[in-house]
Amino acid sequence: MSGPAAVEPLESRRTAWYTGTVVEARPETGSARRLVLEVPDWPGNDAGQHLDVRLTAPDGYQAQRSYSIASAGPGSRVELAVDELPDGEVSPFLVEDVMIGDKLELHGPLGGYFVWMPQSVTHDPRPVQLIAGGSGVVPFLAMVRAHAEAGDPTPFRLLYAVRKPDDVFYRQELAQLAANGLQVDYVYSRTAPHDWPVPAGRITKEALAGFVIPASEKPRVYLCGSTGFVELIAGWLIELGHAAGDIRTERFGGK
Amino acid sequence: MTHVDGNALAGRLSDLFAFDLTTAIGRCVNCGTSGMIGAAMVYEAGLGTVARCPHCGAVLATIVESDDTIWLSLAGVTALEVAKRP
Repeated sequence: MSGPAAVEPLESRRTAWYTGTVVEARPETGSARRLVLEVPDWPGNDAGQHLDVRLTAPDGYQAQRSYSIASAGPGSRVELAVDELPDGEVSPFLVEDVMIGDKLELHGPLGGYFVWMPQSVTHDPRPVQLIAGGSGVVPFLAMVRAHAEAGDPTPFRLLYAVRKPDDVFYRQELAQLAANGLQVDYVYSRTAPHDWPVPAGRITKEALAGFVIPASEKPRVYLCGSTGFVELIAGWLIELGHAAGDIRTERFGGK
Repeated sequence: MTHVDGNALAGRLSDLFAFDLTTAIGRCVNCGTSGMIGAAMVYEAGLGTVARCPHCGAVLATIVESDDTIWLSLAGVTALEVAKRP
């Protein structure tokens, strides 16, 4: 059969329903919260996978939403960072109400498409460009952690677009990773830090070109954010010469 | 209408298939292009979910869920290529 070969590493971790207990909860930003769950039978997950959280109301009404996992690898600890959507059905509960000791129904690990695997598995030496809009950075935390943990030689670069400095997720950890060699670039759309060389504003195609690994190096690109952000950036990347097949996207809806 | 990616269907499809359908390669009936189901354009509406080909926009798959059943059409996919477990 013609077309791309099925060279993706196999999803060996079986998906199932699990019960997780909240063991850590702390504010991540003004509107987001970091949750660490202890999931006794969790089979581990690859970097970039997601899970579904299902809430059941006393009257039986159920709501289910997908969240990217910020952690990767074996072990029974699963980390999420959830941004509260004002009209959300699940995120306000996870950000405002859930407490340490509470139990959550989880379905996962899910999805082998938006996943990064170390070079020892993929044998693909091309550099990797990560591009996050807002809370779209969460799956990339799993990827940069797994990359650092594995001592993987693949060049990594992260472009992180946020509205204002207070919206940055994992600020300290990203600073630490940057000090250890990860190239991280920030773009601020509303308010920039006071000593920032560039005024805040919407990203442009020209600015994007300067913040990403050039198309001539054929990077594999992972792009995660709101649907509007992903559409805009993916369109520009193709205009800049990146092959559509090298760009993997994860849209989480919205403008 | 805004859309998400085929990757977002992983949870629902895992109830139906023993493999991860989002990493399977599907060929579009309409334009013949092959690509991972995870890269499809997925539109969610009250009635159900439609996955479209990212190249030509033709409908690849439709999912309609009720309390008791999941109805899945793959009428827009001529062939699926699934990697074997090692």
